[in-house]
Amino acid sequence: MNARDKILGRIRTAQARQTTGAHVETISSHLARHPRGPLPPSPDDLVACFRERAIKLSSDVLEAKDRMEVPALLARYLDESKLPMRGVCWPSLAELPWNAAGLEMQSRPATNQDMVGVTGAFCAIAETGTLMMLSGAETPATTSLLPETHVAVLDPCRIVATMEDAWDLMRKECKQPPRAVNFISGPSRTADIEQTVTLGAHGPYRVLLILAPF
Amino acid sequence: MRNTSINFKSQVTIKLADVKLQGALSRLQTRFVEGRSAVIGEIDDLPATRTAAAAIRDRVLNDLEHWLLQFEQQATARGAIVHWAETGEDVNRIVAEIAAQHGVKTAAKSKSMVSEECGLNDALELAGVKVMETDLGEYILQLAHEAPSHIVAPVVHKNKEEISDLFAEKHQLPRKTGIAELCREAREVLRPAFLNADMGISGGNFLVAETGSVLIVTNEGNGRLVTTLPRVHVAITGIEKVVPTLDDVTTLVRLLPRSATGQSITNYVSVLTGNKNTEDHDGPEHFHIILLDNGRSSLVGSEMQEMLRCIRCGACMNHCPVYQNIGGHAYGWVYPGPMGSILTPLLGGLEKSPDLPNASTLCGACAVVCPVKIPLPDLLRKLREKQMERGMKSRQETFMLKAWAWLALHPAIYALTTKIGVRFMSVLGGRDKLLHSLPGASGWTNGRDFPAPAGRTFRELYQQGKRK
Repeated sequence: MNARDKILGRIRTAQARQTTGAHVETISSHLARHPRGPLPPSPDDLVACFRERAIKLSSDVLEAKDRMEVPALLARYLDESKLPMRGVCWPSLAELPWNAAGLEMQSRPATNQDMVGVTGAFCAIAETGTLMMLSGAETPATTSLLPETHVAVLDPCRIVATMEDAWDLMRKECKQPPRAVNFISGPSRTADIEQTVTLGAHGPYRVLLILAPF
Repeated sequence: MRNTSINFKSQVTIKLADVKLQGALSRLQTRFVEGRSAVIGEIDDLPATRTAAAAIRDRVLNDLEHWLLQFEQQATARGAIVHWAETGEDVNRIVAEIAAQHGVKTAAKSKSMVSEECGLNDALELAGVKVMETDLGEYILQLAHEAPSHIVAPVVHKNKEEISDLFAEKHQLPRKTGIAELCREAREVLRPAFLNADMGISGGNFLVAETGSVLIVTNEGNGRLVTTLPRVHVAITGIEKVVPTLDDVTTLVRLLPRSATGQSITNYVSVLTGNKNTEDHDGPEHFHIILLDNGRSSLVGSEMQEMLRCIRCGACMNHCPVYQNIGGHAYGWVYPGPMGSILTPLLGGLEKSPDLPNASTLCGACAVVCPVKIPLPDLLRKLREKQMERGMKSRQETFMLKAWAWLALHPAIYALTTKIGVRFMSVLGGRDKLLHSLPGASGWTNGRDFPAPAGRTFRELYQQGKRK
């Protein structure tokens, strides 16, 4: 008997249950219903709530009139923070007027040399000021991970109240979960040395969220 | 990791006298205890959320076989390969086989307590795979050849001066003293390890049966790097970590970081499903999931099953007056604090850890803060009962308990004995009303004084009160 059969056999004996259809039935009905646990009260203003929570978790937040204004806002931010005026972006953002704002932006996945990575987001969660990223050919995961500065351009319409709402949106719009769903809440951090929080561990040192209506 | 919990008492003596450790532990207490209390109130209905969380864990544990099968089926359908391991050695063998199969020379690893159970790093080095720990705390421990002393903050026992010295020696770079500089140095030293690793090794905080996903919570981003860049990813976790749905796991994620580090959410929550698609730019080509038993299945259906609810937040140890004074190493295995005092004897054998079930004042703080409502003091008490049943208690303790039981069953003699006893002790207590030593209880009075009784028993005082 292999390890799998031994482990499952021990569990079966311990619970003294027969392999009947009843349990499988309960399991499939729970999966189909996927009921929610107790939820936080829904905020009146999703965008304001998202902003406040994101700032609390050390993200920077800027608001643009529309997507066309994003490059100019980003250029000012990078300049003020004395950061490089070039980076990489997701293909969906390649058409924004980066050059006109004085930025050099390449549409490709990030490598270790890239200092600024600009992404979109699948949606965002007001409860914790969190971005939800789905991996895919057009949404490489490295762009939000390898560069020291991660910039996410987010349509305020895509802010939902809770992570449960975000899962529902994913169930509605995608056939199945992508290889990686990454929830991002601010810059990477560690408190391993003397429990002192330090921003910028192995991921980005800073996260800039630009809210821009599509 | 070798279980040395048999040496608990001698370790405690050493740890209590360790000035540096005591400083480090007081920091843990303020940061983690105050941190939790600052954010746990953000949860609108905490009692209902804890009840829901416990019910989610119980739903799976009460039908673990079928939930595991459901998880395996979904994970396999998405291209992951699920392995089952009876023991830690089996995990090591499976990982070594995967490494050999894919020609792996180097591995980058994010923090995994289950891999500590197995002693995976040493086994992989023997198999010719160079393993790099990438969680900052675990990396420091790997450089220092030490074991973690906390399941969330593994290097809590070291101060920054020790870490500065260690980095200066091992990195051969000018000695840094600021915490931010030390973190930056570790980042720069470790970045090539991520980029060059053939294999990424991670733990798994939860397994989602609905989607066949492994969920990992991290702050540093190393968990994302080791599961994104290398061409092979191996996730190792316990068989009890299954959760039914994405909605269910969300309830647990609401509680885990708040209970662990006082964060509303960790920086990263990654839900990993299957291997990379042909059109994807990143992600592992091969995704292996190893499910470890190592004694867990023996708790299923037993009076100790509630322990399997544990989501490894560490709140019980942060709030435990025993852990707060002795730290994690004294417990002698991977899991310290109240949860460790239960898990170590259950997974490793009660006879190898005779002191752990007794290393608790049963104050109940652990049960109050546990996000999945594990009745930790009750489980500790059950282990003590087992020790009594199996004749594992000392002759003195057995005699005392039997004498007490006999006395308690004879009320008249009880009343007489206590009447004499409290008067005698009251006289012995003298003017400062303290007893400096008690015959047969030196273990107690060596460390503190025993307050002398007032001179009359409670029953006498009660009778007197009634007459008034």
